[in-house]
Amino acid sequence: MKKDIILAGVGGQGILSIAAIIGTAAIESGLHLKQAEVHGMSQRGGDVQSHLRISDKPIHSDLIPNGGADLIISVEPMESLRYLPFLSENGWLITNTNAFVNIPNYPDYDELMETISSFRNHISLDADKIAKDIGSPRSMNMVVLGAASSFLDLPYSKLEEGIKIIFGRKGEKIVEANLEAINVGREVAEQNK
Amino acid sequence: MKKLLLLGNEAIGQGALDAGLSGAYGYPGTPSTEIIEYIQRNPEAIEKDVHRTWSANEKTAMESALGMSYAGKRTIITMKHVGLNVAADAYMNSALTGANGGVIVAVADDPSMHSSQNEQDSRFFAKFALLPVLEPSNQQEAYGMPRLAYEISEKYHLPVMLRITTRLAHSRAGVERGKVLKENEMHLPENKDQFMLLPSFARKKYKHLLSIQKDLEIESENSQFNKYTDGSDKSMGIIACGLAYNYLMENYDECNFPILKIGQYPLPKMKIEKIFRDCDEILVLEEGMPMVEEMLKGFLGNPKIHGRLDGTLERDGELNPKNVRKALGLPKLSSKDIPEVVAGRPPALCVGCPHTDSYKALTEALKEYGKGHVFSDIGCYTLGYLPPHNAIDTCVDMGASISMAIGAADSGFFPAIAAIGDSTFGHSGMTGLLDAVTQKSNVLIIILDNDITAMTGMQDSQVNGRIEQICEGIGVEKEHIRVINPLSKHHEENVKVFKEEIAYKGVSVVIPRRPCIHVYSKKKRK
Ligand SMILES: Cc1ncc(C[n+]2csc(CCOP(=O)(O)OP(=O)(O)O)c2C)c(N)n1
Ligand code: SF4
Repeated sequence: MKKDIILAGVGGQGILSIAAIIGTAAIESGLHLKQAEVHGMSQRGGDVQSHLRISDKPIHSDLIPNGGADLIISVEPMESLRYLPFLSENGWLITNTNAFVNIPNYPDYDELMETISSFRNHISLDADKIAKDIGSPRSMNMVVLGAASSFLDLPYSKLEEGIKIIFGRKGEKIVEANLEAINVGREVAEQNK
Repeated sequence: MKKLLLLGNEAIGQGALDAGLSGAYGYPGTPSTEIIEYIQRNPEAIEKDVHRTWSANEKTAMESALGMSYAGKRTIITMKHVGLNVAADAYMNSALTGANGGVIVAVADDPSMHSSQNEQDSRFFAKFALLPVLEPSNQQEAYGMPRLAYEISEKYHLPVMLRITTRLAHSRAGVERGKVLKENEMHLPENKDQFMLLPSFARKKYKHLLSIQKDLEIESENSQFNKYTDGSDKSMGIIACGLAYNYLMENYDECNFPILKIGQYPLPKMKIEKIFRDCDEILVLEEGMPMVEEMLKGFLGNPKIHGRLDGTLERDGELNPKNVRKALGLPKLSSKDIPEVVAGRPPALCVGCPHTDSYKALTEALKEYGKGHVFSDIGCYTLGYLPPHNAIDTCVDMGASISMAIGAADSGFFPAIAAIGDSTFGHSGMTGLLDAVTQKSNVLIIILDNDITAMTGMQDSQVNGRIEQICEGIGVEKEHIRVINPLSKHHEENVKVFKEEIAYKGVSVVIPRRPCIHVYSKKKRK
């Protein structure tokens, strides 16, 4: 088993929580893991990505080779495309469709969506809206994780366990909200597949 | 035992703690910051009361650590590569005093300059100082190396550098812990003059340092971290330093070339000679600058050696699986291009950032003088160079804003303005301010006080709550130390204050004071 995943977004959008939950789930499943993340300057509203590698064999590189990623999971539509050189031939692109506009030259939204839709293997969902609808707007990242959950080759229960471990110290309510968010994300993705 | 999921930096922190650490010193700097942050929140470190506070700068950190070593205890100093420039006086001289309790100088280099002004390679500094280096290739080695570093440090009475680079510093993997060692008992140096560098002593110590280089080389020769793996195909031999080894192995299921993996310096001469003799060509893979390659090639060059110097690899920037693959001569992997629709997204000041309002007022106050008057420094506020702010003009090294403004004012340039963050002011702005006061320079110094060291992720700022007293103590006249509140509703008054202090002929200080918008959430989490 081997899964190479690129997580993408804008600094502050919560991709490191997604990474931490998948990572915890992988470790709890007895797998090897390497996860390279971005700290520092880019976290101030710049583009950020994380390379997450899971395998049942030891992993060498902390970075995923070009054309090697099985999945791109993005919490922002334009950012989902920035890492396409990493995606493998049959890889999947899973992205939030809600644009985070903090630059003057943000591209035309329709053109962006057309580019995303041109990929056979893609799932897109408005995770911000879904999170708002269930009353926890800050769980947008978990909705996206939910949409990606069936591609991870990890038992769903391990992801739930990951959420409990990572959000545990923030209290029961937050854990529940995130569990609901991941579940709704999963259901929406199932319907759109 | 269950594995811990740790960043490379955290693994170093845990490794040092488990190897009997008594005190950690450092100044924040990406990509090194998480070593001390990990030690600061580690329950065992808290229980043992391991010293774990930030220092004013890298030099004071290094010197404090030497003091702890003098007292016989094990210590670690952490910094980013450019921090070693600041600590260089202490570091170079510590090669002569050496260590009593074990000393680790943990330096994180930032090739590709993800968050830095340059990509200097700290191994050159260690070579210059004639001090040993350990360079881990993965998180488990990062955990294990502090133990060996302390052994070498106490055996040879020398500080040992632990050199990492961004990707390992900020990548997580499972790490298995080893036995936890006890802290050293306090004991002063056996040799009373060990830390005395009067010339007559220093000369002897330098000779001694030169004389033990051979022993350090033998340590490297026998090190588990310098591993020679033979291969059947001798057409090429590969020397892979630190992290580069991973990118090499990523490209092969099984590599038939002989490989020399380097994790400890000075270089193991016999092992290098062997691979050099056995193989037709040599490829050197190293993260950072081509140090090993240059040593092997020599001044007159050797066509057999390949790497960054002959274009086999790019001369600058980080290694990755892709460029190493190319250097190995393997076929390119197919991959898509980035679609044209994707625009760049550079970092920017947060919406609501206090620096934004400070810059708005300053820019307006400067309107009549035209552009090019604001010498600035390093921190979040450096992003004020970018549109829409376009508020500052320089960023060189920490503290340079004040000293450059002085020099420009000396040339008759007016107005000469420095914009510096509170933490940067504590790091190395105060001495510049002393120069300004002594020389009665005609400068305006703006100390952007957002309550915290924001750029590196919210560490305490050493001058917090004391900036006015410090300025007054250094000799700035009280009437020309002005505090303003950078909020848009105070814009007009703030512009007025800036204008008045620009007009004043002498040293004036304006302190825009409002916490970074992330301060409260961060403090709550602590
Ligand atoms: C010698 C050196 N040490 C450390 C750094 C890393 N560094 C860059 S900015 C910064 C802190 C800036 O804090 P402050 O001046 O308070 O500005 P803020 O980011 O809070 O606006 C640090 C530690 C560096 N660039 N150079
Ligand atoms: S982190 Fe704080 S200081 Fe830095 S840009 Fe954001 S608000 Fe400003």
